[in-house]
Amino acid sequence: MRSLAALLAVIVGGAVAATEGPGLGIEADPHVVAAWDTDVGPDGAGLPPGSGTALEGATVYARHCLACHGTDGTGGVNDVLAGGHGSLDGPDPLKTIGSFWPFAPTLFDYLRRAMPYLTPRSLSDDEVYALTAYLLFLNGIIGAEQPMDARSLADVRMPNRDNFIPAHPAMRGERSRSQVPE
Amino acid sequence: MAKPSVEDLTPAAGNGLLHRRLFLKRGAAGLGVGALGLLTASPARATPPWMRTPGRPMTSYGAPSGHEDDVRRLVAAVPGTDGCGISMTPLQSLEGTITPNALHFERHHSGVPDIDPDAHRLLVHGLVKRPLFFDMEALSRYPMVSRIQFLECSGNSSRAGLDPEPLAGTCASLHGLVSCSEWTGVPLSVVLDEAGVDPAAHWMLAEGADAAAVTRSVPLAKAMDDALLALYQNGERLRPENGYPVRLFLPGYEGNMSIKWLRRIKLTERPSMTRGETARYTDLLPDGRSLMFTFPMEVKSVITSPSPGLALSGPGLYQISGMAWSGLGRITRVQVSADAGATWAEAALSEPVLAKSVTRFRAAWRWNGAPAVLMSRALDDTGAVQPTRAAIIAEKGTNFVYHYNGIQAWRVGGDGQVTNIYA
Repeated sequence: MRSLAALLAVIVGGAVAATEGPGLGIEADPHVVAAWDTDVGPDGAGLPPGSGTALEGATVYARHCLACHGTDGTGGVNDVLAGGHGSLDGPDPLKTIGSFWPFAPTLFDYLRRAMPYLTPRSLSDDEVYALTAYLLFLNGIIGAEQPMDARSLADVRMPNRDNFIPAHPAMRGERSRSQVPE
Repeated sequence: MAKPSVEDLTPAAGNGLLHRRLFLKRGAAGLGVGALGLLTASPARATPPWMRTPGRPMTSYGAPSGHEDDVRRLVAAVPGTDGCGISMTPLQSLEGTITPNALHFERHHSGVPDIDPDAHRLLVHGLVKRPLFFDMEALSRYPMVSRIQFLECSGNSSRAGLDPEPLAGTCASLHGLVSCSEWTGVPLSVVLDEAGVDPAAHWMLAEGADAAAVTRSVPLAKAMDDALLALYQNGERLRPENGYPVRLFLPGYEGNMSIKWLRRIKLTERPSMTRGETARYTDLLPDGRSLMFTFPMEVKSVITSPSPGLALSGPGLYQISGMAWSGLGRITRVQVSADAGATWAEAALSEPVLAKSVTRFRAAWRWNGAPAVLMSRALDDTGAVQPTRAAIIAEKGTNFVYHYNGIQAWRVGGDGQVTNIYA
C-alpha cells in the first residue's frame, strides 16, 4: 500500500520529489551491461583493445567516407573534416575535427556509434582506430605511421582543447579542480 | 458581437497599438476573422451544398480538412541524406499553444528508426547501486505526470538573426524549430531512485536508439528535478519522429538533449564530452573560444500573425497574435511595438501561462495603411528580457549559431505584405 500511496501522491499533487515506483526494473547482468556500455570518455575511458594507423585508415576512408566528405576530408556533400586551423576567430570560421574538436577519444566514440552514415556499426574496432588516426593525420595532429590505440589516442592533445568555456553551474567545480576532465 | 467601445480604442503605444483590455474584456474573438481579411468573395449562401447531402462516414483516425492541405512542416534534409536534417512547424498557420503532433518540428541525425516497442529496453547503469533494465510495459505502470511544455532546437531562429542580410522566409522557415505539447511520462527521478544513485554521480549520459545513437550529458540535478521519461505526446503515444516508444524530455533545455528513442542512461561523475556537446552544440564566440553546456533556451517571442505570407487586406483593426516562451521559467509580460521599438504596448497573455511553455499573446492594432514595423518583446519571471538583435551580436558576434533569441522585426508594407527585416 505504501507505493500505491506514493503513486497517488504524484497524481494528486503533481509533485515529482519523493515519489516511488512499483519497482519493475530487472537487474541487469554485468556482461550484458558491458555490451551496451560502449561510450568513450574524453580521457579515453572505454576505449577498446585494437589499433590502427593513418596509412591503414586511408583505405577505410576511401571505401566508406570519401563519397560524402571528399578527398582528404576537404568536404563534399557533407562536413569538411580537415583544415580550418586559425579560422575560428575570423569572419568565416571552419569547424573541423582539427580546428574545433577538443578531445581525440570523442572522435573514436562518434565514428564507432554513428559512421559510416549508411552502415553505422559496421567497422571493426581496428578499422575505427585506423580511421581515427587518418582523420588526425589529415589535420596534422599525428604522423602517418603513428599507431592509435587506447593509450596513444587518449594522449593526443587536440589544438582547440583549451578554448571551451563551460557555461553551466554544474561545471564550476570541474573548472576549479583542473580544467575540464583531463 | 459587441463593438469595441471608444475607450477600448484609445492608443496604448505609437502607430495604432490599442489597449490590451480589448482582449481582456471580450477575448480575441471580438477581433477575429473579419479583421484578418479572411472573408473571401464567396457569396453567403443560405443553403450551401454540404447541407443538402449526408456527410462522409466516421474515420478510425482523423485527418485535417482537405482545405488545410497547405499547413505542412517545411522539410530540409542534409544533402545526400533523406533522414538527416530538420522539418519546421508552420507557426504562421497555428493558433493557441499546442502543436499538433503531425506538425511538431523534427531534427534527426540519422533518420527516424522504426522501433518495435516490445523489443525496446531502457538500461540505467553506471554510478548506481543496481543496474536495471526497463521494458515499455513496465514503464507504463509507473506513476506519470503530464506537463505542457515547449521543445526548441538550439539552432532555432539562428538564420533569422545572424545572416548578413535579412533572410526572406516565413515563421516556419525562420522560427519553426519550436513546438509545444502536453508531455506525459514517468519522472526520471523515480526510475533513478529505484536504481539507487551513487553519491559520486553528478552527470548522466543519455543515448538514443537511432542509427546515430545520439548522446548527450545531462547534469544529474536536472535529471532529478523535472526530467521526464516521456511516453505520450498530446494524449497519444509518441510519434516515431518524436522518440517512440520513449524519449527523454528536459523542460526548457535545448532540444537535442531530450534524447529520442531513449535506450540508455549512464550515471557518471563528469560529463562525457560527446560530439554533440563539444563539436556540435557549442556556441562560437568572436575570440575563437566557445561556450559549452549552454543548456536553457532563453526568453523569446515572435509575432505569428501578421507574419510573412499573411498579408493584411487593407487599413483597419487587426489582431496581432504571437507566441512567447522561456526555458528558464514563466512568461510574465509581452510587449508589442508597431513603430520599430520606439514605443511599446502591453499584450494580453492568454491563459494558461505556464513555466517552460508557450504562452499565446495578443494585441489590437489599428493599421493606418502606411508602412510599419511590428516587434514583440517577452519577459520571464527570472527578470530576463528578450534582447535586441544588436545587443546579442555585440555580446556574442554572428558565429555562435545556437541560442539566438533576439527580437524579430516584421515590416508591413503599404501593400499589406509582411517581410523579415533587421530593425
